[in-house]
Amino acid sequence: MRAWQLIKNILHPLNWVQQRIDRWVMRRIQKQPGPIAVPRNRIYIVPTRFGWGFGAICVVMLLGAMNYSNSMAFALSFLLFSLGLICMHHTHANLLHLQFRAGKAKPIFAGEVAHFEVMVENLAARPRYALASGWAQRQESLPDCHVAAQSTSTIKLAVNAPRRGWLEAGIFSISTEFPLGLFHAWTWAHLDIRCLVFPAPARGGLPPPQSAGSGGTQGAGKQGQDEFAGLRDYQRGDSMKSIHWKSLPKTSKPMVKQFSETVEEALWLEWNHVNIKDPEMRLSQLTRWILDAHAEGRAYGLRLPGTQLDPSCSESHRFECLKALALLQTQ
Amino acid sequence: MSDYLPHRSLMILLVVLLLVISPHLLRLPLWESAAVLAIMIWRAAASVRQWSLPPRALKLALSMAAFAGVYAYFGRVSGQNAGVALLVLMLALKLTEMRSRRDVMVVVFIMYFLLLTHFLFSQELWTVIYLLFSAIAITTLLIDAHHPGTPLPLKTSSRQGARMIVQAIPLMLLMFILFPRIPGPIWGLPHDAGAARSGLSDSMTPGDISSLIQSNEVAFRVRFEGEPPAAGQQYWRGPVFSQFSFRTWSASPEDYRGRISPSIEIGDRKIRYELTLEPMRSRWLFALDMPDPSQLPRESRIDPTGALVLDKPLTQRRLIRGVSSPSYRLQNEMPRRERLKYTQLQKQWNPETVALARQWREQGLNDEQIIESALRMFRNENFVYTLNPPPLGRHSVDDFLFNTRKGFCEHYSSSFAVLMRAAGIPSRIVTGYQGMEANPLSDYYVVRQSDAHAWSEIWLENRGWVRIDPTAAVSPERIELGLRNAVTAAQGLPSFLLDYGSLRQQLEVRWDLINARWNEWVLGYGPEIQQRFLSQFGLADMRNMLLALTISASLVLAAIGMLAMRRAAPPKTREKAMLIWQQAGKKLASYGFKQRPDEGPRDFVDRVLAREPALEGPLRLLLKAYLQLRYERVNNPALEHAMRGAVKDLKRP
Repeated sequence: MRAWQLIKNILHPLNWVQQRIDRWVMRRIQKQPGPIAVPRNRIYIVPTRFGWGFGAICVVMLLGAMNYSNSMAFALSFLLFSLGLICMHHTHANLLHLQFRAGKAKPIFAGEVAHFEVMVENLAARPRYALASGWAQRQESLPDCHVAAQSTSTIKLAVNAPRRGWLEAGIFSISTEFPLGLFHAWTWAHLDIRCLVFPAPARGGLPPPQSAGSGGTQGAGKQGQDEFAGLRDYQRGDSMKSIHWKSLPKTSKPMVKQFSETVEEALWLEWNHVNIKDPEMRLSQLTRWILDAHAEGRAYGLRLPGTQLDPSCSESHRFECLKALALLQTQ
Repeated sequence: MSDYLPHRSLMILLVVLLLVISPHLLRLPLWESAAVLAIMIWRAAASVRQWSLPPRALKLALSMAAFAGVYAYFGRVSGQNAGVALLVLMLALKLTEMRSRRDVMVVVFIMYFLLLTHFLFSQELWTVIYLLFSAIAITTLLIDAHHPGTPLPLKTSSRQGARMIVQAIPLMLLMFILFPRIPGPIWGLPHDAGAARSGLSDSMTPGDISSLIQSNEVAFRVRFEGEPPAAGQQYWRGPVFSQFSFRTWSASPEDYRGRISPSIEIGDRKIRYELTLEPMRSRWLFALDMPDPSQLPRESRIDPTGALVLDKPLTQRRLIRGVSSPSYRLQNEMPRRERLKYTQLQKQWNPETVALARQWREQGLNDEQIIESALRMFRNENFVYTLNPPPLGRHSVDDFLFNTRKGFCEHYSSSFAVLMRAAGIPSRIVTGYQGMEANPLSDYYVVRQSDAHAWSEIWLENRGWVRIDPTAAVSPERIELGLRNAVTAAQGLPSFLLDYGSLRQQLEVRWDLINARWNEWVLGYGPEIQQRFLSQFGLADMRNMLLALTISASLVLAAIGMLAMRRAAPPKTREKAMLIWQQAGKKLASYGFKQRPDEGPRDFVDRVLAREPALEGPLRLLLKAYLQLRYERVNNPALEHAMRGAVKDLKRP
């Protein structure tokens, strides 16, 4: 194995050197709340495959010019060589003095893909073109981020979120090969962004424990008959079923039907009363119930070891509950 | 991969491609140009109509057909012409499999190469404009290809491309001047290297030279150190022919291949000159008659006939520094074998000419007298110098001497040489150029293809080869004043020689001067000129040149880099209050306080004062003035002054 590694290093000495340098650089990147400016000494630049090819073509052209003692051929090969060198500066300047700010990271459920937003701000009076983004040393996106002069664009960095809890954004890279694709310039940054990952909801089927535990405030409202209590503005997270479609053309913004019983009937979801052994599965089940209850518009409360969230059916309540589940310490 | 090539990028590519290959299209065989254009049009239509690209088998068949076609036409697939033809076809075929942006890179690389091949055919002044324009176009294409998503406006990308090329020009000039040139070629040149040009050929048949003089092309330019040669001595020696058969003079194989130089004694008067020879793909250097064998230009020798030749045919314009002497003695001895060669005539041809020569000999005339008789015949009888000679019969020399009597230099020199041979005097034909035309704006002279000339040489005991120009006997004006004054338009003078003195002539003189400078300084910029030029700056050897190149190129590149970085920097504020505040910020930072991005000036000052109450006085003053200047838009220089003072007072006890 070691011998193989050695052979590989001999075959690709540049790769090996670059890996060493990368590792050294990565260790020095600090997590910052932002904004992170891109100074001159934080931009790394190497020729691309086409850059090497371009260099090779320049050399071949120069040899041809020498062979034919052709002055115009000399002029062309020197022009191209100069163009390559100048391209290096332009590619470098395409990243220089950009500023990265942490953007939003919408909470997601475990198993989904987290999207971290990074705001790329260009303070200069000239636009920046074709910026690619990606996690450090991994496949980068298409270079399709363009930042106009003195404005800001948003890029999204995706990463799989297999587990609940806080998901920290790692070191990411912003790179460019603009304008000629001969050089690849990149910078690494580590913004302090984190994304909340809720537990993955269990599959439906298991009914929520009716009147489970002590706090059941059942019977306070009427059962069976839903009593229409009026309309209110749509809020994010309201279920599609509760939207009052008939009024949509008139009001031009969605309204939601409210029923009296939804405010009255509260469901208590309790950690201790879920009949599942594995704590993670248990959290998943609770998540599922919370989602179902919220979709139905029912009020629900959550009791976890050390925390209690009183029944409500609001959007923020749902978030608080899920957050509590996400961050619950289980032994 | 979703880096699919958008329609617009493809269209830009096709336009740039057309620009790059258009000069070649005029040179390539018709079928190939048609095929290339057809493929381009098809590709454009395929993109518009969303046709699918051809299957692999068809592409393979097309490639094979391209090879076969080029081979059938040129008889080879390598070499300059066939190579370019193949490259153009392959580039066109690449279009049939072009889908992604990546393919653009491949096409761009081939296009750069094609651009280079133009200069093998032509390096005239206009090609510089073409070079820069094409380079900008190709760079624009590259920029467009590296901008996915919504396409960049053509104006933006072309401006960026032009900017980069303009920035590259100073670097290019530095490299052009300072990069050490080595004498080429490094490896062999293809047989068809260089541009096709007219020039003197390896044989002479009546009509050859009179067709050559229809050409206005420059053969070479020459500059003299000191006095130029007199009008009667402006003979530029080229191919020498010693074999005559039917009507054609040609070089004998031993002259052509021989490496032994004849004995040459040179007179005291020396003429030094610099000759910029156009590449005529011939070996002859056309030295002024007769080159000094002790001071020959590089890579040249004097062949057995006394002509200055190169080891290899000249495919590039070259500057030659020559030394010649108008008085000389060429080849003292004439061995028997050579004497036979130079007096040989085909038996039973031109009987009347042979009879005339015998008659002179029988009258008891010696060699000099026979020459004099022949010249007197040309001079006194009604021989006419014309560019439109009537066709000659089977015995061409007889027909000319006794019948038509209208001819051009080749007729006179040829018949004279035959006459001499018939009289037993060794003779041969020398071709080359005669005369030259001064450029009134500068100190150089131009020799054109229209100055092509043929004369005779006679070998005489104790004098060696003597130049005899029978044309001078018939038309002294041709030798003294040039072709223009010797013949009229009715006698076939080419039109470009007619309107002498007109505005057009004036412009031509000027244009020729520019071209001469271009040829001499830019196209002829090789090891010799480079060394001569750079030694003025103390950069004579390669090491110094490379050192100077490295230093100056780094400086220029650094300047361009600074420019690019300046453009990327946020614009600096001009507000004085802001600047002073930043100064204060720097000072506070050195004490460990830094204004957070989410912190206003007031909060920041409060935070600092909570930890460092000693700064209360100046900091409060600073904050108040700053807020007034920046946010209340008060315009008060006194406040700025107060701020500066406060910054000075910001000192930790």
